[in-house]
Amino acid sequence: MIKAFSALLFTTALACAGSAALAQDKTVKIGALSDQSGLYADLGGPGSTLAAQMAAEDSGLTQKGWKIDIISADHQNKPDIGSNIARQWFDVEKVDIIVDVPNSGVALAVNNIVREKNGVYINSGAAASDLTNSQCSPNTVHWTYDTYMLAHGTGGALVKAGGDSWFFITADYAFGAALERDTTAVVKAGGGRVLGSVKHPLNSSDFSSFLLQAQASKAKIIGLANAGGDTTNTIKQAAEFGIVSGGQKLAALLLFLSDVHSLGLNVAQGLNFTESFYWDTNDQTRAFAKKFQERMRNKQMPTMVHAGVYAGVLHYLKALEAMGGNSHDGAKIVAKMKEMPTDDPLFGKGKIEANGRKIHPAYLFEVKKPSESKGPWDYYKLVSTIPAEQAFTPLSESTCALLKK
Amino acid sequence: MQALYAQLLVGLINGSFYALLSLGLAVIFGMLNIINFAHGALYMMGAFVAYFFLEYTGLGYWWSLLLAPIVIGLFGMVLERTMLHRLQGLDHLYGLLLTFGLALIIQGLFQNYFGSSGLPYAIPEQLRGGINLGFMFLPIYRAWVVVFSLVVCFATWFLIERTRLGAYLRAATENPTLVQAFGINVPRMITLTYGLGVGLAALAGVLSAPINQVRPLMGADLIIVVFAVVVIGGMGSIMGSIITGFALGVIEGLTKYFYPEASNTVVFVLMVLVLLVKPTGLTGRAN
Amino acid sequence: MTSITASTNPANNTRDESIVFVVMAVILAVVPFTGLYPYFVMQALCFSLFACAFNLLIGYGGLLSFGHAMFLGTAGYVTAHALKVWGFEPALGILLGVAASAALAVLTGLIAIRRQGIYFAMITLALSQLLYFIYLQTPFTHGEDGIQGVPQGRLFGFIDLSRPLTLYYFVLIVFLLAFLLIFRIINSPFGEVLKSIRENEQRAISLGYRADQYKLMAYILSGALAGLAGSLKVLVAQNAGLTDVHWSMSGEVVLMTLLGGLGTIFGPIVGAFIIITMQQYLAQFGQWVIVMQGVIFVVCVLTFRRGIVGEIAHYFKRSL
Repeated sequence: MIKAFSALLFTTALACAGSAALAQDKTVKIGALSDQSGLYADLGGPGSTLAAQMAAEDSGLTQKGWKIDIISADHQNKPDIGSNIARQWFDVEKVDIIVDVPNSGVALAVNNIVREKNGVYINSGAAASDLTNSQCSPNTVHWTYDTYMLAHGTGGALVKAGGDSWFFITADYAFGAALERDTTAVVKAGGGRVLGSVKHPLNSSDFSSFLLQAQASKAKIIGLANAGGDTTNTIKQAAEFGIVSGGQKLAALLLFLSDVHSLGLNVAQGLNFTESFYWDTNDQTRAFAKKFQERMRNKQMPTMVHAGVYAGVLHYLKALEAMGGNSHDGAKIVAKMKEMPTDDPLFGKGKIEANGRKIHPAYLFEVKKPSESKGPWDYYKLVSTIPAEQAFTPLSESTCALLKK
Repeated sequence: MQALYAQLLVGLINGSFYALLSLGLAVIFGMLNIINFAHGALYMMGAFVAYFFLEYTGLGYWWSLLLAPIVIGLFGMVLERTMLHRLQGLDHLYGLLLTFGLALIIQGLFQNYFGSSGLPYAIPEQLRGGINLGFMFLPIYRAWVVVFSLVVCFATWFLIERTRLGAYLRAATENPTLVQAFGINVPRMITLTYGLGVGLAALAGVLSAPINQVRPLMGADLIIVVFAVVVIGGMGSIMGSIITGFALGVIEGLTKYFYPEASNTVVFVLMVLVLLVKPTGLTGRAN
Repeated sequence: MTSITASTNPANNTRDESIVFVVMAVILAVVPFTGLYPYFVMQALCFSLFACAFNLLIGYGGLLSFGHAMFLGTAGYVTAHALKVWGFEPALGILLGVAASAALAVLTGLIAIRRQGIYFAMITLALSQLLYFIYLQTPFTHGEDGIQGVPQGRLFGFIDLSRPLTLYYFVLIVFLLAFLLIFRIINSPFGEVLKSIRENEQRAISLGYRADQYKLMAYILSGALAGLAGSLKVLVAQNAGLTDVHWSMSGEVVLMTLLGGLGTIFGPIVGAFIIITMQQYLAQFGQWVIVMQGVIFVVCVLTFRRGIVGEIAHYFKRSL
């Protein structure tokens, strides 16, 4: 009987050790997938990798015996390359979580792969609201912003302020069309009219022709449903053609700190747009920004995408710590992340909704005049704050299948 | 109707750009039979040099207009001496492949160091503002672009087709051995010609810096269009490229009015049509 | 027109080439057991096929096409659509893709073949750009997003291709068969005539051969085989996108073939593997990969014109 008892004790001990070993797996591998070299490299790119690193360091987990690895890759804005990298990361590199991924096409492609491999996906860089609607997944958290926030932020505020006639200059691809569509809905709901729109090929260099059409329409607001180089070129050339001095207002529907920096205040002053993070908001954001800037090779300040990566990874690591270890089960981890309210130095207190949407307040900014700016990167002044519940799609309107009971 | 006039004028402005850019390419192909795929990258370097001059030495636009083409032209001459020279006598396509590789290197290096957001470059004081023409507001800088391009195009055409130096250049590339026998330093002529073509690309770069963002890939998007212009115009012909450049600008302007999504592609439709009917291009010489 | 390729090819080299072929086939067959990531090798095989198809046109036909991506992409889109939207079985989907690119090759070939040298290259580039634009606009391609989540399905109704090992052997077998087909074409009377046209078109015509017809045939074969590569690639990667029809893809296949050795039989395979490996393992260096590709181009053109396999073959005075 002693033999049987000790056998039982032995097997129990073994079982405990086994499951303890599983529960105590304190290794995490984070993959920062971004555009490292093209249109979106400055708003995401190497900055996102740095943000992930900073989050790993600030989480305090390495001191508690955890091993956190971070790798990065360049998806070159191509969905096929992005999904191939994602698949390889899960199969070969044993990555647990993919972060950043700007460019809606790539973001959606990666979304599918992460779901298939039961990993975790915190998207900070893309605008596609589909990620929390028709394409929502139990493995995905959409941080930072989406087309709804941009449309309601900029569109809503401008219509309220009297901008009731619009003309769109839209990039001829899925993202541009989505942005135009969402903003049009907001404008019309606010009692405004859309006088016309023109679609330009992606990566155009000359916008004079489209700007002329916008000028001729006499719309009060010219909405730019494009991004990156297309937006900055449009803005620069609008200044040449005297659009703003002629009385029309430019609404850049998607603009980042890095874009304003490359335009310079002379050209960008007066622009209105919506973002969910600005480095100069409070002491905590300033502290983060200072550390970030010191470590960035090109000494840039963090954009909202970088902030989203930092905050997202921080929350992910908190969830892992609360679960006692890395179960490598993506859906379970994301469920835990949704359970825990978020609290980080950059976005403050918030939560992740059931459809994966992280909500936080959005801010309507205006670019300062050169005389108002006290130094480099001091570019924005706050016009108004949109509370979290209004900034993102209400759950009642979301088409996410996860929400259906 | 007014809107149409405005679009045509804008088209003409863009056309002058295409003409200037394709001028360098036409000179290089017409004279040296090299298809210079690096043209876009060199154009970009011209814009960057203008930015550097302003940023680090305070030299403004007008200085850059003069110096950048010289600097980049010299760089081009070095490229020719060290690399392109060795491809003489080989199939033209090797020249294309080599310059393609050079373009990749140059653009990749710039992207590594400067990212891709673009650097600001302001329109010079003297050229700011605009004139109200009634049917549109014409920025002075754009008018300057047209005038300057016309002058440079005409000057280059005159140099190549009507001066003695131009005659030497043309002869040297048509029959190097014979010309060398007359005592003219043919390799130097060739290097000079390449430098001239490259300098023209850089000049276009400086011209474009105030209106387009100065970014590493600014040439990559244009290079294919510029090729198309040169091919349509006739690959040996300077005048052909100039005329086609302007014509393309106008046609693109019309397309932007009626079917804007296609504006980037109309040039290729033209290219296919022209190559089918007259493969040596509109005014090209049979090779 | 001076030829762009090496031109020595004694007729009794098939023995050397067969030995290399068997060695290659054996190595590739045991790859899954070596721990190499099968998807990576499959990608490399698809690109090798693409490069071999391209090489058929330039190495043996003497025509540089700067728009070959249009075949890769067209077949890819058609196969992706057939598998995902119409639910076709993989072999049928691939056949449809190949048929589509063959049809495209006939159409574009009739336009392009009349011209030579640089004009031919420019026309193919222009046609490829046109097609890029068409694909960007047509809804079935989903523009920038591409066709995602293409199911791998069951081959002939019962072989499950979603298992990596099965898929790998399928891709390998198709690749080897296609390669043998190319080999057969090159060493056939048709291939000999093609080579003679490449060497001296006027003389071939004076001997009574209709040069244009031979060139067109080579172009169509090359296009169809490039299409096969595109269809296979879509099956492996499970997505089809604009990258596959962009002119930079055409540039890449030129690079692979040049590096491996224009006009050699095994050259394109070596070139493709090297470039794909480089892109894979150096991906974290971002733009340096582009710079490196540029350097390879430059070095190859200046000093290494025969390419890797070409140099080896030249050294051993064989034909590979």
